[in-house]
Amino acid sequence: MLPRYFYNFSTFMSMFPHNYLIYGADVSIVGATALIIFVLTYFKKWKWLWDNWITTVDHKRIGIMYILAAFAMFFRGGTDGLLMRTQLALPNLHFLSAQHYDEIFTTHGTIMILFMAMPMLIGLINVAVPLQIGARDVAFPYLNAISFWTFFFGAMLFNISFVFGGSPDAGWTSYAPLSELQFDPGPGENYYLLGLQLAGIGTIATGVNFLVTILKMRAPGMTLMKMPQFTWATLITSIIIIFAFPVLTVALALLTIDRLAGAHFFTIAAGGMPMMWVNLFWIWGHPEVYIVILPAFGILSDVISTFSGKKIFGYTAMVVSLAAIAALSFTVWVHHFFTMGAGAAVNSFFGVSTMLIAIPTGVKIFNWLFTMYRGRIRFTTPMLWALAFIPTFVVGGMTGVMLAVAPADYQYHNSYFLVSHFHYVLIGGTVFGAFAGIYYWWPKMFGHKLNERLGRWHVGTFVLFFNMTFFPMYIVGLMGMTRRMYTYPSGLGWTALNLIETIGAFGQGASMMIMAVNIVRSIKFGERDVTGDIWDGRTLEWSTTSPAAEYNFSVLPQVTSVDEWWEEKKRGVVRPDHATFKPIHMPNNSGWPFLIGLSFFIAGFGLVFNWWLSAIVGALGIITFLFLRSFDYNTDHYIPVDEVKRVEAAAGR
Amino acid sequence: MARNRKILRRFSWVVMASLLLTGCSTQIPVLQPQGPVAQQEFGLIEWSFFLMLIVAIVVFILFGVFIYRYRNTPNNKAPYEPDMEGSRKLEFIWTLIPVVIVLLIAVPTVRTTYALQAPPSTAKTDPLVINVTSAAWKWVFQYPKSGLETVNYLVIPANEPVQFNLTSVGPMNTFWIPSLGGMEFNMPNVTLGLWLQADHPGIYLGRSANFSGVGFEHMSFTVKALSIPQFNTWVSAVKKTAPALSSAENNQILYTHGLSPKLTFSSYPSTTATGTAGMSGM
Ligand code: HEM
Ligand SMILES: [Cu+2]
Ligand SMILES: [Cu+2]
Repeated sequence: MLPRYFYNFSTFMSMFPHNYLIYGADVSIVGATALIIFVLTYFKKWKWLWDNWITTVDHKRIGIMYILAAFAMFFRGGTDGLLMRTQLALPNLHFLSAQHYDEIFTTHGTIMILFMAMPMLIGLINVAVPLQIGARDVAFPYLNAISFWTFFFGAMLFNISFVFGGSPDAGWTSYAPLSELQFDPGPGENYYLLGLQLAGIGTIATGVNFLVTILKMRAPGMTLMKMPQFTWATLITSIIIIFAFPVLTVALALLTIDRLAGAHFFTIAAGGMPMMWVNLFWIWGHPEVYIVILPAFGILSDVISTFSGKKIFGYTAMVVSLAAIAALSFTVWVHHFFTMGAGAAVNSFFGVSTMLIAIPTGVKIFNWLFTMYRGRIRFTTPMLWALAFIPTFVVGGMTGVMLAVAPADYQYHNSYFLVSHFHYVLIGGTVFGAFAGIYYWWPKMFGHKLNERLGRWHVGTFVLFFNMTFFPMYIVGLMGMTRRMYTYPSGLGWTALNLIETIGAFGQGASMMIMAVNIVRSIKFGERDVTGDIWDGRTLEWSTTSPAAEYNFSVLPQVTSVDEWWEEKKRGVVRPDHATFKPIHMPNNSGWPFLIGLSFFIAGFGLVFNWWLSAIVGALGIITFLFLRSFDYNTDHYIPVDEVKRVEAAAGR
Repeated sequence: MARNRKILRRFSWVVMASLLLTGCSTQIPVLQPQGPVAQQEFGLIEWSFFLMLIVAIVVFILFGVFIYRYRNTPNNKAPYEPDMEGSRKLEFIWTLIPVVIVLLIAVPTVRTTYALQAPPSTAKTDPLVINVTSAAWKWVFQYPKSGLETVNYLVIPANEPVQFNLTSVGPMNTFWIPSLGGMEFNMPNVTLGLWLQADHPGIYLGRSANFSGVGFEHMSFTVKALSIPQFNTWVSAVKKTAPALSSAENNQILYTHGLSPKLTFSSYPSTTATGTAGMSGM
């Protein structure tokens, strides 16, 4: 009879040793938190933290906080990655249990895309775009702070999952019905839904904010076609965010209602449609991958043009291709599920529409190459990242076109071939691009450069180990290894390649340590940027001091060309005359955004566990703080001329 | 033309093989198709890879030449034109060439997409049909014609197109036998069709490629392709020797979360989730 040899669920689970890693992680989190609290108290830094950072509405500081948070998340997601690679180093390892592995790949993917890549880029956008367009701040500085704090508390909510109650374990794609209560009862999935929902509020607000900022706040004379490429990329990205993110909001809300209130939008029973989740997810998800690549494209254009000492090749074509990619990005989502039986006509349409994206992308690649043509290339660290980007991204894009061949995708789908593709575009594209931006704008953020020698080591080792990790995945995918397997049998020829991948992954980790050393070392030894223009730049952010004063520009620039600062330098710059200064109108700091974010966090945490009291307290907090803010009449101030003169003089101007 | 394509194929094969640094090239099922479906998909893989490779080589060469030639050294004699704006002609060229390449890939893609959806021309009017149900975490295979059922292993006749009807009673999975052809989803409340054929008797590995929960890694199965007479012998042996599947056991297999060894039954209850519940389309 059947039960004799039929393992039931509990025996199956007990096959795996219970995991002590979680306890280790818990202990280290508590320890680190205690340490931070101790240091802040000991050095009496609480007030400094509150006045200068927590309540700030300055886009440059908000940008820096985004970047800091993104690095913390990079560390967390990277640790997840190393744990996964350790588990997969050899066949049949039991370093992690199946359950723990599932939680880790879920948090890895979600964190890397939503809490690392996007915030890193949004941080750079915050730092650079208002300066590039010659503005004093973003259009809605207070909203900008709300964006940051909802993102931050969304990320925190997601991250505490593994301390309280367990992490989500249905993949970053969270396909129903696996993610429904029936198959995934614990609180883990709720963390995913509420953490993303909270961060999503901030992202939509960021999209609106930068759309308006770029359309309304440009310096006099800067027509749309005189904007720097990074600003253009931000404008287009903002539009994608505004159209794509509401779809995620709705999808998350419906699944939350299923799980918390027992509805049946995506369940198997009672007329639910699991596949509807898949559609909604990818209607957002594909544009999302372009949200994280277009800003990187923009950074690349500016960096390559700067360090080739040359105008960007084919400015108009670069803008048109950005717009074309954005439009196409909404017409390709079914390529993530060619294998769900939509029929030949649908698959043909989406296969071909996906391939079309390769055309504007190809235009960009060739225009970058020809920006270097007849230029004078300086191999600085930002430029090296940009140069590493091009061939790596070409490999990723080329396999992207291969994946778009619908019948061939039947063999690649969800295999390691796919895993390799998206790491080539996401690391080779987004991360390399973001690092180019980090090294490039570092002096603008902090007033000193990162060390070039360590920078070169960072690029070199990272590119090497990146390829060592991800190239073998193409092959192991064609060998039949699928993503999300927590272990694999021996004898299939997968072992050697997996071991190489694991070694490469640790190499990447070591390479990031070089960057960490570089950052710490440069605080003391980094070359100071006394002119504000340490790279011999081309666009307006290099015309002001490093770091820029609170008001960015003492006198707003008058723009006549794309490479405005370059042209001004050629003409021989005349620094603004102190006599022309006027009082500058700036927004006040505010503590409400932080408190609103905190209230969202309390409400979200309550919903995760169905603790309605906590949810209600949080909701009341949100309403109260919004209400109080609307009676806050003291929202702005003028910086007097004397103060401007003093600041400019201190910067040697 | 056909000959040229063959040469191209050879060439891209060589390139692919030389990329396989490890030397265990005997175990890459996607590149070593064992049936007509996998063969057609492989054809597209080679063709698209080859075209993409050309693009990549062009980019890599320009990339290498430019960064060498235009590096910023004091006595670099190469021309320097800081105010160059662009070139309509060049930009037109590198828009047109990708268009042509996309066309070269798109046409066979569409053709094969339609071809693989239709039943193969060699299919019998009354083909062997197998209902495949993914449960948490096992594969259930029902042979409606002979009424038998296997769990976690599949036996098929070689040299004959087999029609699979895929569905699920739990989370989604995909039914993938890389040697024989690409995957298709097993989704609840839906039945999707997939044609596959093995050209030779042999043993192939199958696996789910879509994560379905904590037992996902164990969603694998073996496929034994037998010559037609051997297959018929197997069917009658199972009918004679294997036990019948009671409806209680059937429910346990389908709805209890857990693993299962390979099982064989000479019959299965008639009102099961597979086959009947599903045909509701998308
Ligand atoms: C030439 C451009 C590209 C093409 C033609 C392309 C094509 C594709 C296709 C067809 C898939 C689905 C494959 C499958 O699931 O079987 C895919 C997956 C993916 N692509 Fe791309 N892609 C391109 C560029 C990018 C870029 C720029 C990014 C992000 C920076 C990206 C990120 C991803 C991700 C994250 C996935 C997998 C999602 C998942 O299943 O978790 N791709 N790509
Ligand atoms: Cu990853
Ligand atoms: Cu996509």
